[in-house]
Amino acid sequence: MTHPLLRLEGVEKTFGRNQVLRGVDIDVARGQSLVIIGGSGSGKSVMLKTALGLMTPDKGTIFFDGDDVTQATGKAREKMRARIGMLFQSGALFDSLTVWENVAFRLINSEGMRRKDAKERAIETLKKVRLGPDVGALYPAEISGGMQKRVSLARSIISEPDLIFFDEPTTGLDPITADAINDLILEMVRGLGAAAVTITHDMASARKIADEIAMLYEGQIIWRGPAKDVYASGNEYVDQFVNGRAEGPIQPAL
Amino acid sequence: MQNPIQLIGRATLGLFSEIGRLAVFAGRVKGAALTPRWYGGEILRQMVRIGFYSLPVVGLAAVFIGAALALNIYEGGSRYGAEQFVPSIVVLGITRELGVVITGLMLAGRVSAGIAAEIGAMRVTEQIDALETLSASRYRYLYAPRFIAALITLPVLVALADIIGVMGGWLVSVYGLDFDSTVYLRNTLDFVTTNDILAGLIKAVVFGGVIAIMGCYQGDRSQAGATGVGRAATLSMVGAAVLILAFNYVMSTLFVEIGL
Ligand SMILES: Nc1ncnc2c1ncn2[C@@H]1O[C@H](COP(=O)(O)OP(=O)(O)O)[C@@H](O)[C@H]1O
Ligand SMILES: [Mg+2]
Repeated sequence: MTHPLLRLEGVEKTFGRNQVLRGVDIDVARGQSLVIIGGSGSGKSVMLKTALGLMTPDKGTIFFDGDDVTQATGKAREKMRARIGMLFQSGALFDSLTVWENVAFRLINSEGMRRKDAKERAIETLKKVRLGPDVGALYPAEISGGMQKRVSLARSIISEPDLIFFDEPTTGLDPITADAINDLILEMVRGLGAAAVTITHDMASARKIADEIAMLYEGQIIWRGPAKDVYASGNEYVDQFVNGRAEGPIQPAL
Repeated sequence: MQNPIQLIGRATLGLFSEIGRLAVFAGRVKGAALTPRWYGGEILRQMVRIGFYSLPVVGLAAVFIGAALALNIYEGGSRYGAEQFVPSIVVLGITRELGVVITGLMLAGRVSAGIAAEIGAMRVTEQIDALETLSASRYRYLYAPRFIAALITLPVLVALADIIGVMGGWLVSVYGLDFDSTVYLRNTLDFVTTNDILAGLIKAVVFGGVIAIMGCYQGDRSQAGATGVGRAATLSMVGAAVLILAFNYVMSTLFVEIGL
C-alpha cells in the first residue's frame, strides 16, 4: 500500500487553557489539492505550523512521506522542509531584502547557489506569478498587498516542492486579484504536480482550487469530502459555514 | 491575596528560570557562531550597523565624560594640592571603567533595544517562521551574525571611546584649567599601561556579547502586537544595562585579584 505524502494522527495542541487542536486526523495524497475551511481562530494556522514543525504538538504524530517527523531535528527536518513550500497568511516577506532576494532566499542561503544564478531563477519564477523583472529590485514595503502575496507565492515554489501550504492566500485581496491568485495556485500545483493544502474561508476560492474539502471545528476535522459535495454535505456545521449563516449550531465568534 | 513569602518565592523561581532560559539561548547562539556555516554578508552588515553607526553617540558620550572627569578630579585634587594627577587619573578611569561602561550602556539602548525590536517585529510578522521553513536557522542567519559583529566591533568602539575620552579631559585641562598641552599628554602616555587598556577591551568583548544576546533573546520571545515588540525592546535595554554593570563589577574585582 502506498502511503500518503502527509499525514497527521491525533494531533493535539494547547496554549495555556486554550485547547486549540483536539485530535486532528488528516492526510494528503501526492498531487492532491485539499482545502481546509473553518472559522477564524479555529486553529487552521496552528495545524499547518505543527505539520511544518514550527510548533511541536502536545500529542499525536506527523508523518511526511512515510517517516515520523514529529520530533525531527537538524538534517531530517531540513530534508523535509526542502520539499515543502509555505505561503504565510501575512506573506512574511523579509523586509530587509529586495523582492528577488526574497524569492531566491532558499537557493542562496540554504542550497548555496551563486547569487547571479539565483537571481536568474528568481526572475524566471517571478515571471510565473506575472511579475516583471523590474519588481525584483523593489523592497516588499514598496509593492501592493496583492503583489506581496504573489512574491510570497513565488518564494514558496522556487525549489519545486512536493507539497505546498497556502495559508489564506486570498484574504484581504479584492475579488479580481483574489481570483488571479487562485488561477496562479492552480497553475503552480498542476504545473509542478505538487500536493497542496490551502486554508481559506473564501468559498469561491475553495471550490475553484479544491479536489477535496475538509472542515476544522473545535479542534477536529468534522467533515471531509469531494469539493463538489460541500453544499450537500448533510452536516449542519458545514452547511452553516459554507452558506455563511449566523444562525445554526456554530456560535459566531464575536 | 498571596502572603509575602509566596510572592518572594514565586519571584525568585521566576528569576532563576529566566536566567536558565537566557543561558540556554546564549549557548545556542554561541554554538551557531562557532560552527559553519557563517553568513559573511550578514556579519558585515551588522558590523556596519552596530559599529559604524554607533560612532557619533559613543564619541559624544566619551568626550563629555572625559571632560567632566577632568574637572572633578581637578576640583577634588586641588584641596590637597594634587592637581598634577589629573591626566593620570583621567586616563586610568577612562580606560579601565568609564570608556567601556559608557559605551556599553549607550549600546544597550541603541543596539540591544534596536535588535530586540527588529527581531520582535520579524517574530510577530511570521518572518522568523518563514526563515525556518526556508531551511535557514534563525540562530545561524539572524543571531550569530549579530553576536559576532558585536564581539568584534565593541572593542574597536571602546578603543576609540578611550582616545576621545582622554581628549575630552585634555580639552578641559588645557583650555579651562591652564594645563600645558605637551605636559598633559606626556603624563597621560607615561602613566597608562597596556594592562589598563587590555582590561577595558576584555570587558568590551563581554559587553558586546551581552548586548547582542539580550537583544536577540528578547526579540525571539516577543509577544504579538506593537506592545509586545515595545516590551521586548525595553526589557532588552534594561536587562543588558543591568548585566553590563554587574559583569563590570565582577570583572573589575577579578582583574584586581589577578593583577591585570
Ligand atoms: N503562538 C501562540 N501562542 C498562544 N496562542 C496561540 C499561538 N498561536 C495561535 N494561538 C491561538 O490559537 C488559536 C488558533 O489560532 P490560528 O491557528 O491562528 O487560527 P486560524 O484558524 O484563524 O488560523 C487562537 O485562539 C490563537 O489565539
Ligand atoms: Mg490563520
